[in-house]
Amino acid sequence: MKFIKYLIIFLYLFNLNNILFAKDPSALINEIVDEAASILSSEDPVESKIIKLNAIAERSVDINGISMYTLGKYRKSISDEQKAKYQKLFRSYFLKSFSSRLVDYTNPKIDVVSQKKINDKYTIVNSILEATSKRPKVKIDWRIYTKNPDRPLIRDLIVEGLSLARTQKEEFNSIIQNNDGDINALFKTLEEFLIK
Amino acid sequence: MNKLLSILIIILLSFVGNFAIAGDDGKLKINGKKSNNGYEEVGDCFEKINRGVFAFNQGLDKVIFKPLARGYRMFPQPIRSGTSNALSNLGNVVTVPNNVLQGQFKDAGVNSARFVINSTLGIAGIFDVASYYGLKKRDKEDYGQTLGVWGAGPGCYFVLPVLGPTTVRDSLGSVVNLIGGDAWYNVTVVNDTQYFSEADYYSSRLLSGIDFRAKNLESFDSLENNSVDLYASVRSLYLQDRYRKIRNIDKTTETLSDDDWEELDTQ
Repeated sequence: MKFIKYLIIFLYLFNLNNILFAKDPSALINEIVDEAASILSSEDPVESKIIKLNAIAERSVDINGISMYTLGKYRKSISDEQKAKYQKLFRSYFLKSFSSRLVDYTNPKIDVVSQKKINDKYTIVNSILEATSKRPKVKIDWRIYTKNPDRPLIRDLIVEGLSLARTQKEEFNSIIQNNDGDINALFKTLEEFLIK
Repeated sequence: MNKLLSILIIILLSFVGNFAIAGDDGKLKINGKKSNNGYEEVGDCFEKINRGVFAFNQGLDKVIFKPLARGYRMFPQPIRSGTSNALSNLGNVVTVPNNVLQGQFKDAGVNSARFVINSTLGIAGIFDVASYYGLKKRDKEDYGQTLGVWGAGPGCYFVLPVLGPTTVRDSLGSVVNLIGGDAWYNVTVVNDTQYFSEADYYSSRLLSGIDFRAKNLESFDSLENNSVDLYASVRSLYLQDRYRKIRNIDKTTETLSDDDWEELDTQ
């Protein structure tokens, strides 16, 4: 009886702990946007900014998940060895591309507007990149992977309704398809991009 | 001229009917409703030729459109906004009939009122006065979108010289503009009016292109620098954009039905 009592207390506390420490997807976006804005507006040299931005990406983006998504149907037909090689290449490609896209912005202002849980695994966070004198305001939505609520991770950015992950998937699939389904063609392309 | 247009329409119609899902060459998937996992397939039927035309367009962009867009960016913001507003106002003469054809009668009313108010009080559309009266700007509609709403498949994807990416359905929609569907084209090019000339039409089209390019200078540069197959990226973005517009989807959650995401677990 005493054991059951302790068990109930333990389970209650465990659940409370989950509730208290589960991270809100909107909070995640607000946090990384603020952090990125402070890095981008700092006087740091570009190399230092890139290192810091990459650290944010490593921590808050599901790079492995995106890498598998972007392979599309081909992820089911490659060997474990090829998968490991691809994930390594993709990580480097993603970080290089991620930081070089961001580093041109000086002080982007992003306001989180709302969020919607679409199922247990995903929540969409809606935000607005404020207009500047050079461009109009841009609607950016974030697909957040929330299977582990304690550690939500970004899986996709949807800019004005256009999914960056889907675009990447179709780009990679086009390369593989135009090389008779040979994934080594994609490896070669990524390697060339990395040494560029 | 009319005979030539008729032949062109017949050819294009046959493409829509027969090549909605074309051969294996460059077939790609986009978000849609036709197949089992929520995808619709669009064939890139002439990919080799398309890639050639795309490279040609890239060259043109580098030499003509990008420098023009950069020059346009040097004008003060109010001038660019006014130009953009005026061009957008002109677009209503195509949007309104398409609102009606798609059964969006409320939008047709709002867009018509916006056109009248902005063309008069807003001085040829330069100022968006209608927004102050609570008539907020609505999405643009075109004949390609209307055909899509009516159930026409996209047909083959292809790239036109200068004009860029399109599908058979969207090209057919553009042809409708030339055979009476665009009031602005009618009063400038087709009919000999004393107020407007052909040059007004073509310069407005050119200016629209430059305005769009100027708004997206950084985005295009970023895409170009980070893409490993720029042609495929642009194709994907174009098809995603058309898919969203044809279904008049505003909410992101509706555009994201993709079974690949559901299969992937990394946590």
